[in-house]
Amino acid sequence: MLRFWAMGREGEVAAELVAGFEREHPGVRVRVEQLPWSAAHEKILTAVAGDATPDIAQMGNTWLAEMDALHALEPLEGLVDVQQRLPAADHFEGIWQTNQVGGRLVGVPWYVDTRLLFYRADLLRDAGHPQAPRSWVEWQAAMQALHAGAVPHPMILPLDEFQPLLALALQQPEPLLRDGGRRGNFDTPGFRRALDFYVEMYRRGWAPSAGEGEFGNVAQEFGRGRFAFYITGPWYIGEFRRRLPAAMQERWNTAPLPGPDGPGMSVAGGSSLVVFRRSKLKPEAARLIEYLCRHDVQQRFYGLTGNLPPRRSVWTQPPLATDDKARAFRDQLERVRPSPAVPEWERIVQEMQLVAERIVRGRMPVPQALQALNARTDAMLEKRRWLLDRGSS
Amino acid sequence: MNRQQLAAWAFIAPALAVIALFFVVPVVAALLLSLTDFDLYALADLRNLRFAGLDNYVHVLSMPLFWRAFGNTSYFVVIGVPLSIAVSLACAVLLQSKLARFKPFVRTALFAPVVTTLVAVALIWRYLFHVRYGWVNHLLSQVGILPIDWLGDPDWSMPTIILFAVWKNFGGNMIIFIAALQAIPEDLYEAARLDAAGPWAQFRHITLPSIAPTLLLVSILTIAGYFQLFAEPYVMTRGGPLQSTVSLLYLMYEEGFRWWNLGVASAVAFVLFIVIVVVTRVLLFATRAEGRS
Repeated sequence: MLRFWAMGREGEVAAELVAGFEREHPGVRVRVEQLPWSAAHEKILTAVAGDATPDIAQMGNTWLAEMDALHALEPLEGLVDVQQRLPAADHFEGIWQTNQVGGRLVGVPWYVDTRLLFYRADLLRDAGHPQAPRSWVEWQAAMQALHAGAVPHPMILPLDEFQPLLALALQQPEPLLRDGGRRGNFDTPGFRRALDFYVEMYRRGWAPSAGEGEFGNVAQEFGRGRFAFYITGPWYIGEFRRRLPAAMQERWNTAPLPGPDGPGMSVAGGSSLVVFRRSKLKPEAARLIEYLCRHDVQQRFYGLTGNLPPRRSVWTQPPLATDDKARAFRDQLERVRPSPAVPEWERIVQEMQLVAERIVRGRMPVPQALQALNARTDAMLEKRRWLLDRGSS
Repeated sequence: MNRQQLAAWAFIAPALAVIALFFVVPVVAALLLSLTDFDLYALADLRNLRFAGLDNYVHVLSMPLFWRAFGNTSYFVVIGVPLSIAVSLACAVLLQSKLARFKPFVRTALFAPVVTTLVAVALIWRYLFHVRYGWVNHLLSQVGILPIDWLGDPDWSMPTIILFAVWKNFGGNMIIFIAALQAIPEDLYEAARLDAAGPWAQFRHITLPSIAPTLLLVSILTIAGYFQLFAEPYVMTRGGPLQSTVSLLYLMYEEGFRWWNLGVASAVAFVLFIVIVVVTRVLLFATRAEGRS
C-alpha cells in the first residue's frame, strides 16, 4: 500500500488520477490522504520528526531545501527514469532549479505556479492604454490614468501576501541572500528599487492598504470594475471564467509581470512530488511519479484543476496551446527565478513582508526597516553559518 | 514499610505513574529543551544540537515580537478579565433576582456559548465582523456608524477578540457565581431591607463580602486561562494584522511548530509560566493584605 499525501484541491483530484495508475499496476494500491494547505507544512514536519512520513507526497517547491536539510527526501536521479521520461530540457528552467538542492534532484515538478498581471482590458483602453503595461513606467502611467479616472484604486495588493513584492525583488540583479545563503542582502540598490516601487503603489493611492481578507469576493469586485489590476496565480483564470458572466470574458486578460525595463521575472512556485527516505516502497513510488508526470495524465490533471503543467511539451497541445488567457503564463514561465534555497527562507520572506507592511502603514522609515530586515535575517541564519563553517573546517 | 503503607502506595501508584509520564516527564524535557538550540537541524542530526544555557531566555527577552506578544496578552488580560467577571457577576445577580422570568431558559441560553466549539463559533464571528459583508457593520450602519474593520485594523483586532472571548467564556463563571449567591442566607437581605438599605447597598455590603472567596477563585482561574490566549487569534486573525493579536502562546506555537525552534518555544513557555505565577501570587498577596487591614 503506497501512502500519498496531497494538499487541498490536488488531494481531491489525486484519488481520481491514481485509479488509472492502479489499473496499470495491478498489485499496487495507493491510499491518498488529503491535507489542508494551511496545516500541511506543520503536518509534514511533524511526520518527519515522528518517523511517520508517507511514501510519496506533494510538496510546495519552496519547502524542498528545508526537507532536504532534515534528510527526509530520497534523491530521485537513480530512482526515476529522468533521462527518458522527465528530461530536464522539457521543463521550465527556473522551476527545475527549485527541485535541485545541493546539486541533487530531490523532487519532480508536478505543476507550476507563478504570479503575473490580471487586468481589465476595457477599463485600461478607456483610460487611454490600449495595451497591457510591459514595464514599470508604463504600469505606473496606466495606474495613474485609471486612478485619475474611473477607478480610484486600480490595483489590489494585499498587504499580507509576500509574492508580489518577492516577484519585484527577484527582477533585480542582486540575490536576496549573500555569501552562499549565509547573510541577508536586502540593503542593495536593487531591493530598494523594488521596495520603493511597491510602496509607491500605496502612497499614490493606487492600491488600498489592506489585507487579503478585506477585499471580499475578488471575482465580483473585478467584474464590477472596482479594480483593474491584480497580481495573482493561474487558479484565477478558472475563477474568473466561472464567476464572471460570458459578456465579461472578452474584457479581461492576463499579461506577463512588468519589469523595470520590459517584461520581468516572477516567482518560481508550484508543487513537486517527492519520495521520502523512510519509504519501503521506493520503486513503486517512483513509478507513480512517472505516471503522474506523463503527458496524458498531466492533461487530465490540468483539466480537473487548472493547475499548469511543468513540461513545455504539454503546452504545445490543446487545450493549453489555444488558451488565450494562459498564454501569458506560458511566456512568464520562461522568466521565473527560484527564491534562495535555504531552510530558513520561508521565515525570512514572512519577515520581509512584515517589514514592507510596516513601511506601508507608516510605522517605520525605509532605511531603518531595511537594516532591521538584514539584521533579523542574519540572526535567523546564525545556525546555518555555524553548520557551514563547521562543515568546511 | 508496613502493610498499610504498602497498600496505600499500591493504590496511588497508577495515578502517580500517569502524572509522572504525562506531566513531570514532558515538563522536565521542555525545561531541558529550553536550554538547547533544538531546531530543524538538530531534528535531522543530534550532533547539530548545541547547549545554549540561558541564551534562549536572553533571546526571547530581547525579541521585539516577544514584548509585542506580552503587551498584547496583557492587554487581553487587563481588559478581558475584569470585563468577563463583571459580565458574569451581573448576569448571575440578575438571574438570582426575583424580577427575572424564565430563569432556567435564560440561564441555559447564557451558558450556551461555553459549550459550543470554539473554532466553529470563532469562524462564525469572523463572518459577523467582516468589514463589508458582516452583520455587525450592517447593523451599525443603520444607526449611521461608518463601517469598522474589526479584524483587519490593528487597533480594533484585539478589542474584537476580547469581545469574542468574553462572550464565549462568561457563562462558566456565571454558573459559579450563581452557586455562590444561592449560598447567601436570605435573612441577611431581609435584615438589610428593614434597615432601609437600597439594592446597591445590599450588593455592596452583603453580596460582595459573601462571595469574596469565590470572586478570588474565579479571578485566579480566569487570569490563568486568559494568559493562555491562543485559539481565538489562531482561528480569527492568525496573529495579524501587523502582529496585533500575537499572544504569548501563539508566539510559542509559531516558534515551535511553524518554525520548529523548539528550544526558543520552550523558553517562551517557561517565561509564560513565570508570568502567571507572579501575577496570581501578587493577586493572592493583595487580597490577603486587604483581608488583614
